[in-house]
Amino acid sequence: MNETAAALALTGIWKRFPGVIANSDVNLSVDAGSIHAVVGENGAGKSTLMKILYGMQKPDEGTIQVSGVPTQLNSPSEAIELGIGMVHQHFMLAENFTVLENIILGNEPKHGMSLDLSTARARLSELATKYSLQVPFDEYVSELGVGDRQRIEILKVLFRGARILILDEPTAVLVPQEVDELFSALRDLKSEGITIIFISHKLDEVLAIADQITVMRAGTTVASVNPKQTPVTAGELAELMVGSELPTPETSENTVTEKVVLRVTDLTVTNRDGKHVVDDVSFTIHSGEILGIAGIEGNGQAEIVDAILGIVPTTGAIEFLETDVASWPTRKRRENGIAVIPEDRTRQGLLLEAPLWENRMLGHQTSAPNARGFLLDPAGAKRDTARIVKEFDVRTPNIEVHASALSGGNQQKLIVGREMSGNPKLLIASHPTRGVDVGAQAAIWDHLRTARAAGLAVLLISADLDELIGLSDSIAVLLRGKIVTTVDPHTVTPAVLGSAMTGASA
Amino acid sequence: MNYLRRAGSSLVAPLLALVLAMAVTSIILVAFGSDVGTVFQQMWFYGSQASSIALILNLATTYYLSAIAVAIGFKMNLFNIGVNGQYLLGGMAAAAVAGHLSLPGYLAIPITMLVAIVVAALWAGIAGWLKVSRGVSEVISTIMLNFIALGIISYTIIRTNIGEEIAVNVRGTRKIPTSGQMPGFTFPNSDTQVYGFIFIALFVGIGYWFILNRTRFGYDLRASGMSPSAAVASGVDSKKMIAITMLISGGIAGLVALPDLLGSSHTYTLNFPNGYGFTGIAIALIGRNNPLGIAFGALLWAFLDVSSQQLDLVGVPQEIVTILQGVTVLAVVIAYEIVRRNKVKAQQRDVGLALATQEAGA
Repeated sequence: MNETAAALALTGIWKRFPGVIANSDVNLSVDAGSIHAVVGENGAGKSTLMKILYGMQKPDEGTIQVSGVPTQLNSPSEAIELGIGMVHQHFMLAENFTVLENIILGNEPKHGMSLDLSTARARLSELATKYSLQVPFDEYVSELGVGDRQRIEILKVLFRGARILILDEPTAVLVPQEVDELFSALRDLKSEGITIIFISHKLDEVLAIADQITVMRAGTTVASVNPKQTPVTAGELAELMVGSELPTPETSENTVTEKVVLRVTDLTVTNRDGKHVVDDVSFTIHSGEILGIAGIEGNGQAEIVDAILGIVPTTGAIEFLETDVASWPTRKRRENGIAVIPEDRTRQGLLLEAPLWENRMLGHQTSAPNARGFLLDPAGAKRDTARIVKEFDVRTPNIEVHASALSGGNQQKLIVGREMSGNPKLLIASHPTRGVDVGAQAAIWDHLRTARAAGLAVLLISADLDELIGLSDSIAVLLRGKIVTTVDPHTVTPAVLGSAMTGASA
Repeated sequence: MNYLRRAGSSLVAPLLALVLAMAVTSIILVAFGSDVGTVFQQMWFYGSQASSIALILNLATTYYLSAIAVAIGFKMNLFNIGVNGQYLLGGMAAAAVAGHLSLPGYLAIPITMLVAIVVAALWAGIAGWLKVSRGVSEVISTIMLNFIALGIISYTIIRTNIGEEIAVNVRGTRKIPTSGQMPGFTFPNSDTQVYGFIFIALFVGIGYWFILNRTRFGYDLRASGMSPSAAVASGVDSKKMIAITMLISGGIAGLVALPDLLGSSHTYTLNFPNGYGFTGIAIALIGRNNPLGIAFGALLWAFLDVSSQQLDLVGVPQEIVTILQGVTVLAVVIAYEIVRRNKVKAQQRDVGLALATQEAGA
């Protein structure tokens, strides 16, 4: 084995899909025992590259070398055999299994016919100590938070003997404190000789952790920099990524008016187990105001949205434009001007197997331009869909294709365009720019700002703290279903917000 | 061009399925030592006789209504397995009322239809109500209601004075007077009557298409089927949808008994044809809930039923057709899934291609 060879080297990788080139002439060389970041906006070809590295897809051209040896990766199991492991952005854990069971799942040490749990436990505690990745082995995964779950995923990969770890957007689901913990764990792994490939588009984090940064744009690698040798700023990286300046979510002048659009008082939502998932929450949103809700996902955000839409039973008062709407059905609320950009667009916002113009109708199927009386108006819907496609830059060949054929970012643009139509009074925007590229993100922010200036009231829920701080007129922090504090976005920092979200400070 | 391609691709799946089903059946025939060519030739010969065609049209009319009743539920993932009990009960009630009506046809026939629709809809409505109020799976409740319906029918015909002795040892509802029967027409070159109800079936098919694709209600229904969570978020009241759809499905089911009742039997006896409801499920699957596809499926099924009667004469058990029918359903499910996957891929490729050229042009 060649001692100086890179742990992983890709040369001249091409990957074409019918009609699109996902990767063209990609070159990547990762030193053993280093943290190598790959940055690029959505659609820059990062995920295709990762799939190639992990054996999920084969390149059309180019060579892959692992520790200097040319290799063909035909499947993830071959990648694992070569010591390449992947930690996905979305955790793949069985909720009703213990941590130990999850880690050994699919790779169980056996003792004859039965599981050899003691051997597994011994090997795991050795790994956990060596790499300082402490997790409670006997707790059920359903009891654990995001940080623990991520450590479990990393241990799972190490348990299978990985020496090269691919982390796909590992910080997307973490609050700042958890990011710090992850980074210190990654540094420990590095000092033990593990090679880490870190996919991200959060440039400040990349600069904090990476030894080498490779930038991808439009399917190819455009630059590779060593931030320790040649200091580089986040701004410069961003320009490399998009080829232009990075947009910011900043809003300008204050447009908040006296007119109350939504007043929620003592709102409580109880789940099936009798737990108060939303607990005595009260807030007010005025015309022209954006109220941000900060909080780690699963702390009641989704339930607040469902409550305002009338999908779940609630107690407490919901006043919309000074009318008590708590007893209104969902349809009546929507017809009266409550629009929603749902957090999970494929679950709540789209009919994947219907054409775009039928998706234009969804949630607005009772009013113009989609309906006339009890009949649908396909011609009107098609005309308006064409307008949305144009105004919101939805990239599609026509409006007859099914929603499933669009990329996530374009689906989101279609939803944003739809919900901004029909002159809404209140917009509930859950993660409005999640999964969209930088250009589309800037456009969506622009649309939100314009609508706010025109008097729209917005309830903004986002995991992107910069977005929350930049757009909101005030921010309420949600923890375990309660609003624990309200902060002024002009003075708060992401770190302070992060502490409040985890309950570290009140 | 686009339309041609769409029409083309919608034909690929059923043809693929039919070829697949015939291939499997041929293998079975060969395994039993029959001459495949002779069997298919005999079926085609007998099935294409004028009198057979009339029979096929009549049977297909009934099958079509049954399949539409099932399909409207399928469209929102509601499985009405109880069409069988619904049409039998609705048919009996309609027959009992029609037997006592001495009105001109233009009044008597609509009243008969209305009775069948209402009784069958209410019977299906029980399953809808159980699902909405108690969360009972409609699959279980409609199957159970089939048995209960049969019990009620036997009791009514045998034990109550709704049933009369209409022939020696045969009890049934009073014979519908000529004015209340539905006239048919003679198929060219045969003396078999084609039921006039075929036009009602045609009308139901058009109505089914119109409601699903051109009304707000139809949109809500399809949205509920494609994504219940998205439908609820868009303001669909899912409980109301379930209740209404179940009633409509049952109402259409009520019509299933009428082609036979008004066109040939004119009375409801315990020998009234049973099982159309289950055939409807298979045909709705073959037709993929599409009104034209269902028409194709109903005609195919009816052709197989009628032409199989000839098979015993050439020494082949006519059960081979039952196998052919079953294999067709399975083949259709498989063929459509294959075609659907290819379509999704093709569409994604089209989108990618269009965008790539757009960008190159920009």
